[in-house]
Amino acid sequence: MNQLTEQTLVTVTLPESSPERSGDAANRADDDSVFSLRGVNVHYGSFHAVRDITMEIPRRQITALIGPSGCGKSTLLRCFNRMNDLITTAKVSGSVIYNGENLYDSYVDAVEVRRRIGMVFQKPNPFPKSIYDNIAFGPKVNGIKGNMDDLVEQALRDAALWDEVKDKLKQNAYGLSGGQQQRMCIARAIAVQPDVILMDEPCSALDPIASARIEDLMTELKAQYTIVIVTHNMQQAARVSDRTAFFTVEVDEARSSRTGILVEFDTAQRIFTNPSDSRTEAYITGRFG
Amino acid sequence: MAAAAPPANPASITTLAVERSLASRKRDWLGQVFQVVLLLSLILSLAIIVFLLSNVLGGAWRVWTDRGTDFLTEGGSRQAEAAGVWQGIRGTLTLVGFVVLLAFPIGIASAIYLEEYAPDNTLTKFINVNIRNLTGVPSVVYGLLGLAVFVRTFGLDRNDEGGLTGGKSVISAGLTLAVLVLPIVIITSAEAIRAVPRSIREAGYGVGASRWEVTRMLVLPSAAPGILTGTVLAISRAMGEAAPILLIGANTGFFSSGNQSFVEQLQGTFTALPAVIFGWARETSEFRDVTAAAIFVLLVITVLANGTAVWLRNRFEKQW
Repeated sequence: MNQLTEQTLVTVTLPESSPERSGDAANRADDDSVFSLRGVNVHYGSFHAVRDITMEIPRRQITALIGPSGCGKSTLLRCFNRMNDLITTAKVSGSVIYNGENLYDSYVDAVEVRRRIGMVFQKPNPFPKSIYDNIAFGPKVNGIKGNMDDLVEQALRDAALWDEVKDKLKQNAYGLSGGQQQRMCIARAIAVQPDVILMDEPCSALDPIASARIEDLMTELKAQYTIVIVTHNMQQAARVSDRTAFFTVEVDEARSSRTGILVEFDTAQRIFTNPSDSRTEAYITGRFG
Repeated sequence: MAAAAPPANPASITTLAVERSLASRKRDWLGQVFQVVLLLSLILSLAIIVFLLSNVLGGAWRVWTDRGTDFLTEGGSRQAEAAGVWQGIRGTLTLVGFVVLLAFPIGIASAIYLEEYAPDNTLTKFINVNIRNLTGVPSVVYGLLGLAVFVRTFGLDRNDEGGLTGGKSVISAGLTLAVLVLPIVIITSAEAIRAVPRSIREAGYGVGASRWEVTRMLVLPSAAPGILTGTVLAISRAMGEAAPILLIGANTGFFSSGNQSFVEQLQGTFTALPAVIFGWARETSEFRDVTAAAIFVLLVITVLANGTAVWLRNRFEKQW
């Protein structure tokens, strides 16, 4: 059913094939995308935050969502794991199809969704517990079997943090530096063995060196995970992402409302070297935003 | 080198100018007056407390030197020399037990519901505002409520004899105090729960925890110190209240004794320290010292209860 819909719909912003992708992958477009967004709209009460987003998120690649403040990129990211459910006024319409299932179908359990689609937040948000307990929390609540010590070690190794914290696993996570805390949060997300990791401006609270380490980490992680990252930092998007979506704010002076729209979605290379929309070009060349 | 070094003279002029501008500020008279007023207020409050305490301590000391621990173990008496506070201590501790067993679980559960589960609508806001208002209701009103509901409605059977609560009984007073502190427990717990940062909840939901898991494993442990602070306030309030328990009949009777069962004792008459103090304060001047001593005992018990709660709170904080 969903497969049919995907084939019949034409995604205007997505080119049929892109030079970066291997011919094999390009031929299997449906298997190749983890998410298919179909006409997604988000309202907060009467405020129309995001309008008519239709896009595909490719598997095991890094997709960056960029754009000026208030363009709804974080709001959209929070639709990917139903984090918007936590805001009572938020209302999502359209479909967010994840591996063939619409996440907003009534039978879907948001808790199950978030276990498969992990999230890393803007500010590092460790639990006020030990490093070990931070990592072990997710596996514990999800009933993941196996040796917890090994699980914790593996997650920390995958997040390139193990060597720095292996001797102080029982210490409070707030004793770590900001960058370490953020990598610990990534380890915590990895520990539940998700399919996708969403990152909401993960480096905005970090210094350049800590940011660079997170970027390296993302590049390593994309071998196993699909990553969607929201970033304010265009250079970062250019460095790490395979595909980049540019959003902007449409201001309606008459109704004094602001709505986020998707302008252009393409390979990072095209967006940053040869964008097809003049608004994208104005943004990436620093003329606004 | 020589060209780069500034001439000595202009440099010293600059230094002088800086010195003058730093030193020549006018004295801040208003600020000084304000500081003195603040200090005087503090001294005044302390003086009142010291005066009251010294009064109480004087009487308490005379009773202690005359009678030692007898005063703590004796029951009530018509003679000041024989009167003790044991009944009062027992009554107060029993009433606090009611508060701990009834008001704390119900109050904390209500707070969790209001903060974590209730939809954010007009009804919830209305309920919140009203609970807040209830904390300001004078305690004598709760006493009247207890008298009407627990003593009369549930306390008397068809023949106007002791029913479920036994009328003017330990149960009636315990229930009344539990109702009295319930709004305090709910408000302070709700505030502690609200103070837990959103980011902690989001982090929990982000790894696939359910609302119950987030509440139980993340929110409640983080809020525990604040909730405990609320319970301290509630216990102190319950121990110190005289008006409601007097209305419910604390001054008329003492703990029933003898071979009664536990339930029968709870349905029986009672007293508590505030009622004992109230009773003795109205007696002849011979009772002045024992009244002071009883006040001292109530103070010590309150401080001990507070201390225990503070100790528990610190323990919880260290666990993180």
